[in-house]
Amino acid sequence: MSAVGTPMLRKEDPTLLTGEGKYVDDIQAVGQLWMGMVRSPYAHAKVLGIETADAAAAPGVHAVYTGADLEAMGLWIGPLPCAWPVTPDMVNPPHFPVATAEVNHVGDIVAVVLADDRYRAADAAELVVVDYDPLPAVASIDAAVADEAMAHSDLGTNKAYHWPLIPDPDALEAAFANATHHVDANFVQQRMIPSAMEPRGVLAVPSPHGGDVTLYSATQVPHILKVMLAATTGIPESKIRVIAPAVGGGFGGKLNVNPDEILAVTLANKLGRPVRWTETRSEAAFSTHQGRGQNQRIELAADGDGKLLGVRVHLDADMGAYMMLITPGVPLLGSFLYTGVYAVPAFGFTCDGWFTNLTPTDAYRGAGRPEASYAIERAMDILASKVGIGPDEIRRLNYLAGGEHFENLDVPSTLTFDSGHYGPTLDRALELAGYGDLRAEQQARRDAGSSKQLGIGLCTYVEICGLAPSRALGGLGFGSGGWEHATVRMLPTGKVEVVSGSTPHGQGHETSWSQIVADKLGVAPEDVEVLHSDTAISPLGLDTYGSRSLSVGGVAVASACDKVVEKAKLMAAHSMEASADDMEFNGGVFSVAGSPDKAMAIQEVAFGAFTAHDLPDGMEPNLQEQTTWDPPNFAFPFGSHVAVVEIDEDTGNVELLNYVAVDDCGIQVNPMIVEGQVHGGIAQGVGQALWEGANYDEDGNCTNPSFMDYLVPSSMEMPNFTLDFTVTPSTSNPLGVKGVGEAGTIGSAAAVINAVCDALSPHGITDIAMPATPQRVWRAINDAKGGAA
Amino acid sequence: MIPASFEYVEASSADAAIAALAEHGDEAKLLAGGHSLIPLMRFRLATPGVLVDIGRLDDLSYINDGGDHVAIGALTRHRALETSELLAAEAPLLRHVASQVGDPQVRHRGTLGGSLAHGDPASDLPAALLAMGGSVVAKGPGGERVISADDFFTGFLETALGEDELLTEVRIPKAGSAGWSYQKFNRRAQDWAIVGAAVQLGANPGVALVNMGPAPMRAVGVEAAISSGSSAAEAAAVAADGTEPPVDLNGDEEYRSHLARVLVERGISEAS
Repeated sequence: MSAVGTPMLRKEDPTLLTGEGKYVDDIQAVGQLWMGMVRSPYAHAKVLGIETADAAAAPGVHAVYTGADLEAMGLWIGPLPCAWPVTPDMVNPPHFPVATAEVNHVGDIVAVVLADDRYRAADAAELVVVDYDPLPAVASIDAAVADEAMAHSDLGTNKAYHWPLIPDPDALEAAFANATHHVDANFVQQRMIPSAMEPRGVLAVPSPHGGDVTLYSATQVPHILKVMLAATTGIPESKIRVIAPAVGGGFGGKLNVNPDEILAVTLANKLGRPVRWTETRSEAAFSTHQGRGQNQRIELAADGDGKLLGVRVHLDADMGAYMMLITPGVPLLGSFLYTGVYAVPAFGFTCDGWFTNLTPTDAYRGAGRPEASYAIERAMDILASKVGIGPDEIRRLNYLAGGEHFENLDVPSTLTFDSGHYGPTLDRALELAGYGDLRAEQQARRDAGSSKQLGIGLCTYVEICGLAPSRALGGLGFGSGGWEHATVRMLPTGKVEVVSGSTPHGQGHETSWSQIVADKLGVAPEDVEVLHSDTAISPLGLDTYGSRSLSVGGVAVASACDKVVEKAKLMAAHSMEASADDMEFNGGVFSVAGSPDKAMAIQEVAFGAFTAHDLPDGMEPNLQEQTTWDPPNFAFPFGSHVAVVEIDEDTGNVELLNYVAVDDCGIQVNPMIVEGQVHGGIAQGVGQALWEGANYDEDGNCTNPSFMDYLVPSSMEMPNFTLDFTVTPSTSNPLGVKGVGEAGTIGSAAAVINAVCDALSPHGITDIAMPATPQRVWRAINDAKGGAA
Repeated sequence: MIPASFEYVEASSADAAIAALAEHGDEAKLLAGGHSLIPLMRFRLATPGVLVDIGRLDDLSYINDGGDHVAIGALTRHRALETSELLAAEAPLLRHVASQVGDPQVRHRGTLGGSLAHGDPASDLPAALLAMGGSVVAKGPGGERVISADDFFTGFLETALGEDELLTEVRIPKAGSAGWSYQKFNRRAQDWAIVGAAVQLGANPGVALVNMGPAPMRAVGVEAAISSGSSAAEAAAVAADGTEPPVDLNGDEEYRSHLARVLVERGISEAS
């Protein structure tokens, strides 16, 4: 029986669910010092002076360092890295772990206290007196674009870059000139706080005599972090070991190289003592990057029937105060998807990146793609109402390949979609939702003048997974390849050890990889051990983000297994005195065609490979193979979602009554894990649509940094999701897999806001900003009615 | 999220707690369930020098029949309230309101006395006390006194409790067959109310509002309208009169005033 395709319970769960998972904050080191960060209360200010004497004299305090102190100590050789200079002339002001002359966002670090425990560190940090000269703050994208107040005093502009993707400007011009219908819509992607269940934290443990340092970090990217730490600190890469122990979620928020990580490593190295820090929840609004932050303008050109002629998009994207690891590239990850699932003859995209005096932005679940699907899917609903046809009809009319199955299809945004079959996902989603009955119920409520109105929202999305073909990344100016590494070794006892360069933080790689290996090698999944997330154990890897693990890392594992079988086949043939050409391999057993009495289990072969008593001439002992898989193309999962909301017009409250998702992520390894990813993804996208959003006042203060005010939805707010799947294998890899970690998020915000706008359409309301809070919805209704409360 | 340092005193009895309050004066804060105080301490918005822990005074945890009222020990957890048979029969509004506080974890730790003594206008339970015409017993070095709900909530996070007084008991008049309703409007199940309305009808109608002013408050205009026989809609029309609702991300003054009218009307209708 095949392991792939079965909903195996996760190997990871007994440990995690019984509280035995060891997160960074659980790991203790003798002699450790806690860092306490002195953070700027101003979004933008000159630092005139810092008085540290009182803090240094406080009980339990080991040292207090300002940025100038640390610079003088020579702890770094360069600023924090930005690995994605999207244009040759991109503006990138140097960003050091501790600010010196100028602070550029609330929470910018100006001094670091080292103390015996975190309480004394926090107490002493309060005793550091900083003399600030406040400067005007750029606290919104609009303020940045106005380019009057400067986010960085010495740059002379807030504009970081201009990035165009206009394959055929003349065709685009013509499309709009010939259009019967023209949609011109503006949307705001509010800033999101990633809100992983485990906050970020670090523990750096030096080996004073060995000259090396081990960093435990709550990170998604231990391998990237190791390279970047070396490049930033000058400590040789071979002297740095990074371990990501149990990591409690990331959502992109742990895909970075942060000031605290560099401080911990360099101070531990310098002082010869372990140095640690764990962010508090409200500190995370300043110490961990945020997601989204875009003003979008999308225009559609369509003929009289509603068939698309062209799509034109401009983004103003909020970089925040600094360029972090991939800050400038995040909006561009969506650039290729603003034509969505549709056949669009002409396309143009431009993005301007802007500095603000706010927490830096970077990847957040979906990273650019949810923004794109939101814009095109919202705009398609607006087009449908202009044309006077249903939201289902406008989509079917415009699907790529007419909604039929396709493979390796070039789209105008210059990519080649691996495979797709969009029509059936929408058909199935509408069927599961009971679309016809819902429309009838909606009409009945409208006719009755009910205060509880129904809204039905559709979304068909496509997204980009399998990051990434290294050549494609090179073309985008990305400072890394996109491959992934795996080693598969059979141990003398017949067990299997897999070393993976993918670095899970909740995704269940140990289970999924075991299922792949079980099928490939014919062993039991429980006989497979997966090692990962420690650069000393797994030196080669490019980590986990962007739904890349299965379609790159999982494929590497499968490929390494194939090589193991190939070598084992030669060994088995030798042992059984048969020709390798006659060998058959089924269920973990090698047999000889035509000689049913001859058989040898792969475990026997593994033991023979270990003893090496009788190997074919010239063959090396042991059964261990590796693969570095560089995908030839991205993978493009897709699906259709239907959201059903009920709006209480008296209060403006939006209740999500039902949510149907029909996704296609290609071949599924573990359907239970797939469902879990879709569930969480939907909830996170619904969170953006209805609840979440970092709010800033005009001085650049985040007014909702705690979970009391930043509302992440819980299971209480979610309906039972109705899920189904279609399976369209990817052509980008031999497993036919695509990726599913972000799919739910990419489809759900658009579906929910389309539903809200659908419910409000009798009032003439065509758009509502995210999050669609009760107050916002009520005010829209009230304004539409003429303002009488 | 890291509190400042403090001394910790575990009180062995109510009298010991009162003595500790007398000794430490305004440096001291009582710790019961901790669900209001500890968050404030973690934000360093409260930095008491001494915490007097009364959380283990089990003799202050009870729900007793007091004849014409129900007597509830101050240390009674919300969970005990929401599962009480006596309250179901004699004070169902309080029982229901307790079930709407926070989430199960909060309700297993939070205490009735602690919630009332915190005097938070956004909390649920003060509104129930006001709507039901309840009172509290305060015990100090000089003995006990009874404070009516109307006199108890004096300002933002301020009550009539003296610095050296401990709230020991809550008294709720038996509601008889009076209709009741609690309308809590929030964005997530576990959140504080953006606005709430507690309604108890009967001979002395009580209507109290959550988060419509600096302190927990009654909607006296609504109560008078009900008494004079107005319809739910008529009575609710004055629900926001005399209020000073807070302004935050969840709602401005206009929206909260509107919500107060909607929720009071729904509450009266449901209670009728």
